Amino acid sequence: MSRPLLEARGLRKHFPLHGGVLQRTRAWVRAVDDVSFEVAPGETLGIVGESGCGKSTLARLILRLVEPEAGVLRFDGEDVRAASPSRMKRLRRDMQLVFQDPYASLNPRLTIEDAIAFSLLVHGTPRREARERARAILGRVGLDPGLHGRRYAHELSGGQRQRVNIARALVLDPRLLVLDEPVSALDKSVQAQVLNLLRDLKAERALTYVFISHDLNVIEYVSDRVLVMYLGEVVETGTAEALAQSPKHPYTQALFASAPSMDPDRRMDRLPIAGDPPNAIDPPSGCRFRTRCPFAMPRCAEVPPPWVPVGATHEVACYLYQAEPASVA
Amino acid sequence: MAVSVALVEAPAVAVTPMSYWRTVGWRLSRDRATLLAGGVLMLIVLSAVLAPWLAPYDPSAGSIRLRLAEVGAPGHVLGTDEQGRDMLSRLLWGGRMTLVAGLTPVLVALVLGAGLGVAAGYVGGITNTLIMRTMDIFYAFPAVLLAIAISGALGPGLANTLISLSIVFVPRVVRVAESATVQVKGLEYIAAARASGAGVRAIVRHHLLANVLGPILVFASTQVSLSIILAAGLSFLGLGVTPPAAEWGLMLNTLRQSIYVNAIVPALPGLAIFVTSMAFNLLSDGLRDAMEIRG
Repeated sequence: MSRPLLEARGLRKHFPLHGGVLQRTRAWVRAVDDVSFEVAPGETLGIVGESGCGKSTLARLILRLVEPEAGVLRFDGEDVRAASPSRMKRLRRDMQLVFQDPYASLNPRLTIEDAIAFSLLVHGTPRREARERARAILGRVGLDPGLHGRRYAHELSGGQRQRVNIARALVLDPRLLVLDEPVSALDKSVQAQVLNLLRDLKAERALTYVFISHDLNVIEYVSDRVLVMYLGEVVETGTAEALAQSPKHPYTQALFASAPSMDPDRRMDRLPIAGDPPNAIDPPSGCRFRTRCPFAMPRCAEVPPPWVPVGATHEVACYLYQAEPASVA
Repeated sequence: MAVSVALVEAPAVAVTPMSYWRTVGWRLSRDRATLLAGGVLMLIVLSAVLAPWLAPYDPSAGSIRLRLAEVGAPGHVLGTDEQGRDMLSRLLWGGRMTLVAGLTPVLVALVLGAGLGVAAGYVGGITNTLIMRTMDIFYAFPAVLLAIAISGALGPGLANTLISLSIVFVPRVVRVAESATVQVKGLEYIAAARASGAGVRAIVRHHLLANVLGPILVFASTQVSLSIILAAGLSFLGLGVTPPAAEWGLMLNTLRQSIYVNAIVPALPGLAIFVTSMAFNLLSDGLRDAMEIRG
């Protein structure tokens, strides 16, 4: 495998919770805990998990919109966390983020054109050129620059707004695009259009994607490799096919069981998980999934399970799998 | 409408949507109450500005023989006050004072308050705590009491009135500015701007201010009427403009003893205050509606 474009080692972010009269730190929300992964150039890494599992925080950590507390983050071999402000500004051109909420992610006082051109202006592109490039990229994402360029975000539909978001991220010619639930707010038919647009853009511009979603069907469709997150931790990682065909971690199995499948042969008989995930403020000891896990054993509460390889590129953090991959059934 | 706009701005494009401010103007132009309030206000401001040329008499020269003339008395359209000074002239001149005393504190509060509020909201942390808790101290007192206390401490005079009223209004604007800033700061388009590599200054200038100034402006405009009433009130209590200068609140005070002799003349400055503050209120209401972003 060639050098990864993005490499994360032991990324961690705990948010302090303040309380009381003196606003002292009362507790920590362990949003992202010891997350490691690699993304090869040209690959799409899917990150899937329930809401509140730290996916969006992870996206912001990758772009350093939120400072990680610990861990290593390398982009194309360069230590992102050690980058100087000016170097960071340059790095931001290479890594862009597409946001989840097509409403909140566009400034209501800027025209679409200006919103996209702003990124270029920040990097010193002359105004006229920035506007031309903004119009060009608008055309590429399927909007008519003449018709939509001078409009405001609230005059566009959700799908159109998300295209604008994508255009804004792409106008800087990034190499890595982090997509934080880019289609979750859209209805199914528009989802498909946007996903196809993303697929075409990826091929055309040699992009690398980190694609975050709670929707397994979407993740399976777009991803080469998948990271399954639960309460701030990664519990399983593998290729999209491996995960879909033989999910190992009880959580992953439950996710697949609860996802509506289009294929009747692939429907599982196992019980989907019940209840809500425990609070990330005070996560369970040992394996964080044990409180909802149908196979929980006494030792799950003691020490977090180590990573066990269960395939060529398939790993799982669960005590059910020892040196030899065993079937769960 | 839209087509004619397109012809002016971008001939190459068939239909160009209206710009934000053009939309606001268009909405205002169809709002009768706001237009009326704006018209009345324009008249009041004009008459105050042009008072030296419009006023038929010297506002501080009176004749004891002509005290408390009725409205419509020969030579004095709106009568005379308790010292025989022409009411029309005094109302025109008094408008200058009242408007200055009412508008200046709000303008000062707008600049200072927006600056402090945006800083507190955007920077957060200790800066926020320092600024906001200081404002809370001022906020703990009712506006009227605070204005009276500060004016009382500083002594009467127009300058002191302006200072005390500014102190009353700054914390209010800071609060609105801060909460608007905190709200906008959390939105994803600010994060998107950061992700594109923009610095704090560019983000505040292009993304934050445009979205925060609207609500702040609207709030400030609602405070103008209150400021006018407070300024007049301070003068009424003898803490504001000093006699013999004409000011509506002060006129109300000196004429109040004559209310049993002639009920209508003493009511005139009160009516002027009422109409002016009403007009400001209606205008700010209309402004808020027109500036709203509709999806």
